[in-house]
Amino acid sequence: MNRKELFFLALVVLFCVFSTNNVKSQNLPDKPVPPHLVNDFAGLLSGSEAGILERKLVSFNDSTSTQITIVIVKNLDGYDKADYAQRLGEKWGIGQKSLNNGLLILIKPKTSDSNGEVFIAQGYGLEGAIPDLTCLDIVNKEILPAFRNGEYYRGLDNATNVLMSLAKGEFSAAQYGHKAKAGKQGGAPFGLIIVIIFIIIAIVSRNSGGSNNRHIGTGALPLWLLLGGLNSGRGSGGTWGGFSGGGSSGGGFGGFGGGSFGGGGAGGSW
Amino acid sequence: MKKGCIISIIVVAFLALVVLSFVVWGTKAYNGMVTMQESVTSQWGNVQTSYQRRSDLIPNFVNTVKGAANFEQTTLTQVIEARAKATSVTIDPSKMTAENLQQFQAAQGQVSSALGRLMVVMEKYPELKATQNFRDLQTELEGTENRISVERRKFNEVALTYNTYIRKFPQSMLAGMFGFQTKPYFEAAAGAEKAPEVKF
Repeated sequence: MNRKELFFLALVVLFCVFSTNNVKSQNLPDKPVPPHLVNDFAGLLSGSEAGILERKLVSFNDSTSTQITIVIVKNLDGYDKADYAQRLGEKWGIGQKSLNNGLLILIKPKTSDSNGEVFIAQGYGLEGAIPDLTCLDIVNKEILPAFRNGEYYRGLDNATNVLMSLAKGEFSAAQYGHKAKAGKQGGAPFGLIIVIIFIIIAIVSRNSGGSNNRHIGTGALPLWLLLGGLNSGRGSGGTWGGFSGGGSSGGGFGGFGGGSFGGGGAGGSW
Repeated sequence: MKKGCIISIIVVAFLALVVLSFVVWGTKAYNGMVTMQESVTSQWGNVQTSYQRRSDLIPNFVNTVKGAANFEQTTLTQVIEARAKATSVTIDPSKMTAENLQQFQAAQGQVSSALGRLMVVMEKYPELKATQNFRDLQTELEGTENRISVERRKFNEVALTYNTYIRKFPQSMLAGMFGFQTKPYFEAAAGAEKAPEVKF
């Protein structure tokens, strides 16, 4: 009898321990079915923007097996963003099991009463190619400036371009660090001036009355191109497809491979 | 005579079958235990690596702080001493007990709280905090603390799987026979779990 009670007690304790653990991890979103690399649970991106990013990331996955995943959630359920990103990456198994080459860009949009949060977490296998400091650089130089202007697609497009180049080894994390710093010193103010000029031109041409569709068109397009070109520091190819391609969701992503995350990465808020 | 012979053959065959199935099951269970024990050991290696990473970062961090600001020596000395003490506490994963894990945890907890105090002191030096070098180290430290907590959590998970397996009947008999011992868990207690607040 006594033993039975003890056993029962142990069972209750165990149950409590497990249930609290489970409740916490159940808050994390489940792996999407069918699997997607761009998962916008907060409706931050338009359908076509998500489609373009998805296609780009799926084709990168097809050619390199590196899985860059974007997840946008409404809230972090009380987790720290680094903790949330690690747990989610592990739960979904982003990256290949043997290579652990997954990357997760986690975003919680800014709301009226809370800051926006962004975190880039890398799987074990990418800690060398994309160290924490580089994640921080990418967040500060590519993502946050764009996000502060509400240009979510541009920030993500630039960030994924840099991440893909780093993962492929096109340039090293140290080289990117130099570029990012050089860009900060020389490029940004110059770019800003040009952007302002273009905005003025756009406004002027809009106000110059009449049938101004063409003016807006010509004004807006180079502005957009300029933004993309300046901030990535490289030609941002592939985005052209976005104009013609429309909003078909990227097909053919085979699913996550079971990669593992060690808690690395860095983030920021806006 | 003939009938008795047949019966004894059946009995012997039956016993042989019982023994054989026991051996087959035992081999499987034993190998399972070995595999699980190995994964606990290797996960312990990951835990130690993440603590080592922090240990390696500290001298750099201390030098940066010391070089740029001429401030409270005691806080710095505490960090250095805690680190030295923590590096001397190591555990052989095959002889892991609740006691020595607790010792390990306590020693590393000292490092965490010393670092935490250092971070609080840093608030008085905004110009140092603004330097690139300091921010880089801070990011590294933050990432290291994250890695420590992840590896600890993963250690608890594999230890739980292993412990549950060897304590369940009938594996518990085999575990007792071959001396498989349960592994202790990391406890999320007494501020040891809390990474030093590294906030901007």
